[in-house]
Amino acid sequence: MASTLTRDQYLELYYYMRLNRELEEQMVRLFRQNKIVGGLYSSFGQEAISVGTAYALGPGDWIAPMIRNIGALLVRGFKPRDILTQHMARYTSPTLGKDGTSHFGDLKTRHVVSPISMLGDLIPVMTGIAMAGRYLGQKIVTMTWIGDGGTSTGVFHEGLNLAAVQKAPLVLIVENNQWAYSTPVERQVPLRDLADRAKAYGIESAIVDGNDAVAVERTTREAVAHARAGNGPVLIEAKTMRMRGHAQHDAAEYVPKQTLEEWKKRDPLDRYEKFLNENRLWDAKTKKEIDARIAREIQADVEFAESSPFPPPELAGEGVYCEGCHTVEADWKRPKEEVMPPRSSVKPEWPRKMFIANGAKPSAGKNAPAKPKPAKKSARVPVRAKAGR
Amino acid sequence: MAETTYLEAIRQALGEEMARDPSVVLIGEDVGVYGGAFKASEGLLEKFGWERVIETPISESAIVGAAIGMSYAGLRPVAEMQFIDFIACCFNQITNFAAKSHYRWGAPVPMVLRGPSGGGVHGGPFHSANPEMYFVHTPGLKVVCPATAYDAKGLLKSAIRDNNPVLFFEHKFLYRRIKENLPESDFTVPLGKAVVRREGRDLTIVSYAAMLHTSLEAAAELEKEGIDAEVIDLRTLLPLDRETILASVRKTNKLLVVHEDTRTGGIAGEIAAVVTESAFEDLDGPIRRVTSLDTPVPYAPQLEEYFMPNAAKVVAEARELAHY
Repeated sequence: MASTLTRDQYLELYYYMRLNRELEEQMVRLFRQNKIVGGLYSSFGQEAISVGTAYALGPGDWIAPMIRNIGALLVRGFKPRDILTQHMARYTSPTLGKDGTSHFGDLKTRHVVSPISMLGDLIPVMTGIAMAGRYLGQKIVTMTWIGDGGTSTGVFHEGLNLAAVQKAPLVLIVENNQWAYSTPVERQVPLRDLADRAKAYGIESAIVDGNDAVAVERTTREAVAHARAGNGPVLIEAKTMRMRGHAQHDAAEYVPKQTLEEWKKRDPLDRYEKFLNENRLWDAKTKKEIDARIAREIQADVEFAESSPFPPPELAGEGVYCEGCHTVEADWKRPKEEVMPPRSSVKPEWPRKMFIANGAKPSAGKNAPAKPKPAKKSARVPVRAKAGR
Repeated sequence: MAETTYLEAIRQALGEEMARDPSVVLIGEDVGVYGGAFKASEGLLEKFGWERVIETPISESAIVGAAIGMSYAGLRPVAEMQFIDFIACCFNQITNFAAKSHYRWGAPVPMVLRGPSGGGVHGGPFHSANPEMYFVHTPGLKVVCPATAYDAKGLLKSAIRDNNPVLFFEHKFLYRRIKENLPESDFTVPLGKAVVRREGRDLTIVSYAAMLHTSLEAAAELEKEGIDAEVIDLRTLLPLDRETILASVRKTNKLLVVHEDTRTGGIAGEIAAVVTESAFEDLDGPIRRVTSLDTPVPYAPQLEEYFMPNAAKVVAEARELAHY
């Protein structure tokens, strides 16, 4: 077995994955009761990715989740009530009802950037935070997620290319769940492995079984260390399957039933429970305790959300501008004098040693097989060889 | 004291803000070694180093996205568009990411996005744009269009110190054509405040950027005919200084709006709405506009001249309005 985490940490991984699933299942019930104001997106079957990747970060690191990364928000310290009140448009939600779903964040303590619905835009934003963190001497890593469909956007390319030339400490998780709404990955990308996209940017990449929480966490931890050490960004492709529709309204009848049957057998929670059993990391009593705790927490937060008020209508007109309500302050971890004249003065010319023709290394990636090494061990899950074309 | 051009004023504002505050960084294409396509950042790499003058790939969305990220980390990035026409390439980052950030989740974006706009230099359809109204229609942004060297410096400093995303549209026709003596002191010009450039009794001409100078030239011509025009420089289009416009119209009772931007959906329409809503009974004539045509900016000098307002067109319209 892997020995990188302690028993408590392995149990914590279970807690977050189970909480992720149970919370979303609870929200499905609320949706059917018309208590979710807008759309509801499911990460059923992808919990190992959200939780395993976010779990590999340190407290000073930054994330920007996508729509199916509620698990990552939980790992960063948000509570079920934050997610419930967001979906239910309550005044007690992190955005006071101004936005829904996972569209919220926290700059100051949890370092979570609120996503926008347009795909790919988070990549340059998180690259900017990574560059700023390096400038400020913080030694941070930033992480964001994108789906197989999102890799088709122009800003995916712009963002990842900028991160690569800047050697920014960014870890990008490509969550390949094989479906972008009703469009299969085969109609998005003519590649077997989306990790191959990394070659175009000369950056490191890895492929991981996205339904194996242990592999996801371990691979991501290696990637985070690589990025933090100043070796540039890393792209991790986590192969998985979207087990529900694009959102609640979508029955996803376009997905071949046999494919879903196959992937049911690889359910990440079933597999992780098996892992805990086989390695004797818990017993039935421990599982019961954790599950009971989760049920209690969700119940309490549903009650909190349901008893929360809706926002006062006139709030709609407030907060367009920041007029002294927030402070903008950088967290300097290096002497400011280092970036002030005259110490920083340079000649305005490109140093000859930076040119590849003069022996500079073209990149960290070299089109070489994926590093970091342990990632290579993680099983390559069978790609949908039998999927109809 | 040496006279300072509009372009040099921008360079001074960047350099002085970077010296005042280490959280100010520049990011854009060719901004370092080359000093920017128009040399707005010339000399800043030498002074502040590679970490603060960041050269990027040709990736406008990544430039703005990275600037947004830097703002979240507490920096005050100033991003450059090489020509403002290319701002269309990063429309989503500006309008969906930066503009909505504070409203949605209370995250300020203290970013400045600046670049050369405007025509009159035979730049053709892709190097002459006045894109301000795409963004004036976007709540959460501030849109600034300086007309003088003093304002270019003072407004840019205010923009850098502001906690909101500010689009700073410099008029490239003015870069090296106008100059003035600037105070040595650290001065700023407040965002959101228009200014009366010329006092008058007979009609109000509202304008901004390069067209302010055209309007002043027209006002001098009109004076010879005994028409006393008041000329207002908007300076900031969003938020719009309604009070200064309304106060002037209440005095002169007639309004002409002059802008280089195209006609339909230009700021003149919004100003006309504001004035009819709030000062209808003060008006002694129709609100008139002198604007560019509703076409792309054409290349040939003859076409571009026909397309754009000039002093003669402003004089003709103002004369008719004065005699209405």
